[in-house]
Amino acid sequence: MVTHRSEIWSATLDHVGLVLIAMSIAIVIAVPLGMFIVQRPALRTFSLGVASVFQTIPSLALFGFLIPIPFIGGIGPRTAIVALVLYALLPILRNTYVGLTSIDPAVLEAAEAMGMTNTQILIRVRLPLALGIILAGIRTATVITIGVATIAAAIGAGGLGTFIFRGVAMVSDAVILAGAIPAALLAIVADLSLALIEHRLRAL
Amino acid sequence: MTYSVKGRSAPLISKLSVSVNSKETLVLLGRSGSGKTTLLRLINRMLVPSSGEVVVEGKSTVDWDAIRLRRHIGYVIQEAGLFPHFTVAENVGLVPGLEKWDPGRISKRTDELLRIVGLDPKEFAQRRPAQLSGGQRQRVGVARALGADPSILLMDEPFGALDPVTRSELQHEFSELARRLGKTIVFVTHDLREALLLGSRIVLLQTGRIVANAKPEEFLRIDHPEVKAFSATLHTGTPA
Repeated sequence: MVTHRSEIWSATLDHVGLVLIAMSIAIVIAVPLGMFIVQRPALRTFSLGVASVFQTIPSLALFGFLIPIPFIGGIGPRTAIVALVLYALLPILRNTYVGLTSIDPAVLEAAEAMGMTNTQILIRVRLPLALGIILAGIRTATVITIGVATIAAAIGAGGLGTFIFRGVAMVSDAVILAGAIPAALLAIVADLSLALIEHRLRAL
Repeated sequence: MTYSVKGRSAPLISKLSVSVNSKETLVLLGRSGSGKTTLLRLINRMLVPSSGEVVVEGKSTVDWDAIRLRRHIGYVIQEAGLFPHFTVAENVGLVPGLEKWDPGRISKRTDELLRIVGLDPKEFAQRRPAQLSGGQRQRVGVARALGADPSILLMDEPFGALDPVTRSELQHEFSELARRLGKTIVFVTHDLREALLLGSRIVLLQTGRIVANAKPEEFLRIDHPEVKAFSATLHTGTPA
């Protein structure tokens, strides 16, 4: 039991690691991209379209597709992280765009009329006002990523999915639950804590 | 000066010429779509004329740096357009901050402006716009426009969204304030009462053209169907 406990603990840490790395990369890509596409309708349609397509590919299939691709593919955590990033992009990208564009037009008109430059308007008006909505996107993406990351075990990326696949193979509910319960708890904790931050931000 | 938009047959502002004298309050009166807001936005270069030019302080707006020009001209709009994530003080101190005044000078200026518009800085400076009434928000909007002491003030139906009682209070206070400040003011409204109360001159616009240009005391005597249409609103109570 002691060894099981430490095994679950280390798988949980691996799982959190996968999610944190994937989310960081997804945020670094999707938030600036969302800011960039506000003024560019053609690129907006294209990038939101591509991000949506990734969402429609079943996760197991996406992992499968990535394995033969050089550099980013292969067996292990690196491939899993690429796939997780692709899944996380859409909610963050879409919410960043929506957040930046759903600001009261009177506020933007005033900002322009007061002589703020476009950069000042983006940094001091649009971004702070969009932050709550952007964070809601990050929250959705985080919960999705925690779930999808369990499947990453199928391509040898480790994490809590290891127990789930092992449990399925062994026909052992106990082993499946050893992976599923911590994964569910992770998702709940992440969701609640991000919800709390989001709530604080919106109250400003 | 003409302003037209691609894909529209009739220009929004058509061969219009008007000059605003220093320190007067010029009221642009007209129905919705008559071009009054468009005209206002041409003054601070939010729009650029398709032909002709808009001259501000001896210089065409296209020769002004747009940012410099706008910081030089105060702007007040309906619903105020205050930044909801800024405090009242931060809103009022916006343009001085953009102009890199030092913080001590900004906070002195902010307090002074809040007092000018009838708000006690102690009570209001740290509030957020959401914690103010419509009338108070509009006062803050006026204070913000006066931030860096511009010589010109543009006002686009600033009191339009207020309840009639508050509106009347603010109109009378503002009329007093305008006299004291000695700014050049261009004021857009569709309310003839407001125009008569605040304007030192009234310019009536119809589909992008000037149909009347007169002092308030002469305005009602002008024989033009659009003037008559507006005069009629005086007798039927609150204008729409």
